[in-house]
Amino acid sequence: MQEVKDRAKQLLADGTVNRVVGWKAGEFSYDITPAVFTSAEEIDKDFIYNDFCAPNLSKYLIKESRKEGKLLVFLKPCDTYSFNQLLKEHRILRENVYVIGVPCTGKVDIDTVRAMGFQGITGMESDGENVTVHTLYGDKTVLKADTLGDKCKTCKSKKHVVYDELIGEDGEVNTDGARFELVEKLEKMTADERFEFWRGELSKCIRCNACRNVCPACSCENCVFDNPASGIQQRAAVNSFEENMFHLIRSFHVAGRCTDCGECTRVCPQNIPLHLINRKYIKDINEFYGDFQAGEDTETRAPLNAYTFDDCEPGIVYSRGGNE
Amino acid sequence: MMFRLPVNRLDDLFAAVSAVNSLYLPVDGNDGRASYKKWVEGTKLSSKLNTVRSAKDFFFPQTTNLCDFNVKDKEIEVIDIRADSEDFVVFGVRACDARSFTILDKVFLADPIDSYYATKREHGTIVTLACTRPEENCFCNVFGIDMTSPEGDAACWLTDEYLYINANTGKGTAFIDSIKALLEECSDEDVKAQQTTVKEIAGKLPFAGVSTDYFKKNTLLDIFNSEKWEKLSESCLACGTCTFVCPTCQCYDIKDFNTGHGIKRYRTWDSCMYADFTKMAAANSRNTQMQRFRQRFMHKLVYFPDNNNGEFGCVGCGRCLSRCPISMNIIKVIKAFEEE
Repeated sequence: MQEVKDRAKQLLADGTVNRVVGWKAGEFSYDITPAVFTSAEEIDKDFIYNDFCAPNLSKYLIKESRKEGKLLVFLKPCDTYSFNQLLKEHRILRENVYVIGVPCTGKVDIDTVRAMGFQGITGMESDGENVTVHTLYGDKTVLKADTLGDKCKTCKSKKHVVYDELIGEDGEVNTDGARFELVEKLEKMTADERFEFWRGELSKCIRCNACRNVCPACSCENCVFDNPASGIQQRAAVNSFEENMFHLIRSFHVAGRCTDCGECTRVCPQNIPLHLINRKYIKDINEFYGDFQAGEDTETRAPLNAYTFDDCEPGIVYSRGGNE
Repeated sequence: MMFRLPVNRLDDLFAAVSAVNSLYLPVDGNDGRASYKKWVEGTKLSSKLNTVRSAKDFFFPQTTNLCDFNVKDKEIEVIDIRADSEDFVVFGVRACDARSFTILDKVFLADPIDSYYATKREHGTIVTLACTRPEENCFCNVFGIDMTSPEGDAACWLTDEYLYINANTGKGTAFIDSIKALLEECSDEDVKAQQTTVKEIAGKLPFAGVSTDYFKKNTLLDIFNSEKWEKLSESCLACGTCTFVCPTCQCYDIKDFNTGHGIKRYRTWDSCMYADFTKMAAANSRNTQMQRFRQRFMHKLVYFPDNNNGEFGCVGCGRCLSRCPISMNIIKVIKAFEEE
C-alpha cells in the first residue's frame, strides 16, 4: 500500500516522528517481521503493508514508547483494542506514539494455506478477493476467505477504537457472535469430553512461551513462570500435567484484559487453539456482567476490577446448570 | 544391496516391525500437521514432508527423569531410575533430521558420554525416507546434505509402486534381515531415476544458492561484534520456539521437582532465548535479547564449526523458518551477513 509508505515517509521527513514501527517484507510474501524503520530509504526497501501483515504491533510499544522521541505505529482495527488496553494499564506512553489506523480485510495465514494442501509455497498475492498461491509445483488461485487465520475468520471488529489519523474508511464492530460458536460447542460437551479435548490439545504444548511472549495482555516485568522461586519456572516439567496449569494460570491472569486479538493461536507452533480458553472467559463475562469488550476504551472499569450491586453472585457457577 | 516391497504391503511391513519392536513414524494429525506416533494397526504414514517437532525427541526428549531422591530427615537416598531401554525403530526420518544425529552425537557422545542419550542411540534404529517434494523452506543442500540419499541405519525411497530400502550400517542390515520375508532384491534403477528428478527440484529451491562463506572467512570476534545483530534481533519475542523445534539445538537445564515426598531430578530442554539461560550465581552472562539471539546463531554458525572441523550446527530442515512467530530465522541471518 503506497499510501501507507508515503505517509510514513512524510511524518519522518517533517519531524513529527523519528521512527516507524511497521512490518518488514521477508523472503516470501508470508514471512513478515515487525521492524523499526528510521529512514525513507529503509521504508522504500523493506516496509510492507498488505494482506499478510498479521503481527499485532501494540506490544512492541511498551518498550519502544519509552525510547527517545516520538514514534509512528500502524495499527489494524483489532490491534487498536490491544493498544487501548495497554494504555489503560499504563504500559504505553501515549504522548510518544503517533497512531495511524490502517484498514484490514483479514489476513492470509500461511498455516491455513498449507493445510489446504499447498506445498512449496514460494509466494502469494492477494487482490482482496482472491489469493494466488505460487508454489514449486505450480500456481493456483483460491478464495481469500478460505485462507484466513483463526483470528480473522471470526473478526471481532473492523473499527479502529483509537488513532491519530486514519488511512482508508473505518469499518464496523462485528456483532454476529460467530466468534463464540466454537466455545458453545465446547460448553455443550460433557465435563469428561471437554477434559479430554483440552488434555489432547494442551499435551502438545512444548512450553516455548510464544503465546505468552506475543500476548499484549502478558506484560509483567517478571512472569511467575520466569521466577525460580515459583517452582514452575518456564521449562517443561517432568510432569506433563503442568502444561495445563501454565495455560490455565496464564489465561486467568489475562481474563477481563484479553481483547481477543488471537495472536496466541496464530503463533502457537503446535496449533493449539489457545484463544478458545480466553473466549470462554469473555463469553462468561458478557453473560454474567453484561457485554464488555476489553480495549474498547481506556476509561470503563473492567467487570472483574469493579463491584456493583448488580454483579452476579459467585454461586452462579453452581446454579447456572450446564453439562456436568 | 537394494530391496523393495510393493506400497500396498506397507502395512504388512509396519506390522512385522511392530511385532518385534516399537515402531514410530510420522502421522498426520487432524489439523493436517505431522508428528511421530507409535504405529498401531490402521496408522497411516504421513504425506507431509516433515514433522513439526524433529526426530531428536527420541534420543533427547523434552524432559528426561535423571534420578530420584528419597529424603528422610537428614538422609538422602539416591535412586538410579535408569532402566534398560527397549529397542525401537524410527521410520520416515528425512535426510536433514538424520544428519542432526551426527551433530548431536558430537555433543552427547563426546567424553564424558551422556549415558541417557547413548542408551537411546544404542537401542534406536533409524530408517530414513528420501524426500520427493521439498518445501520452499528446505535448505539442507546448503550444508551438503543430499535429500535424495539420506543417512541413517537404512534408507528408503518411496515411489508410486514400491518402497525401496537399502542398508547404510550394520544395524540397518540387521533391520532388513528382520523383514526380509517381505522384501525382494531389486536393481536401483527406479531409485536413481527418482533421485535425478528430485535433485533437479532441489537445485531450483529458493535457498539452493545461499552461501555460508562469510562465516568461514571472518573471525569469531568480527562476527560477534557485528552491528547487524541489533537490527536482526530487534523484534525477537524471546520465546523458545526456534530452539525447541530445531533438530540440533541441544541445550538443557537440570531441575529438581519436589513431589512432596521426594525429589525428581530431571533435565528439560532449555533455550538460549530465555533470560535466565545459563544464569550463574553471580549474574547472567547475557543481559539483552540481542545477546541471547546472537548466541543461538553464533553457536550454529561459528562456535560449533570452530570446534568440529568446520561442520555447521544447522541441517537446513526449515522448521525455524516456518514456526518463528515473527519470521526471523537462520536464513535471514546468513543472508544479512552475506550481503556484505
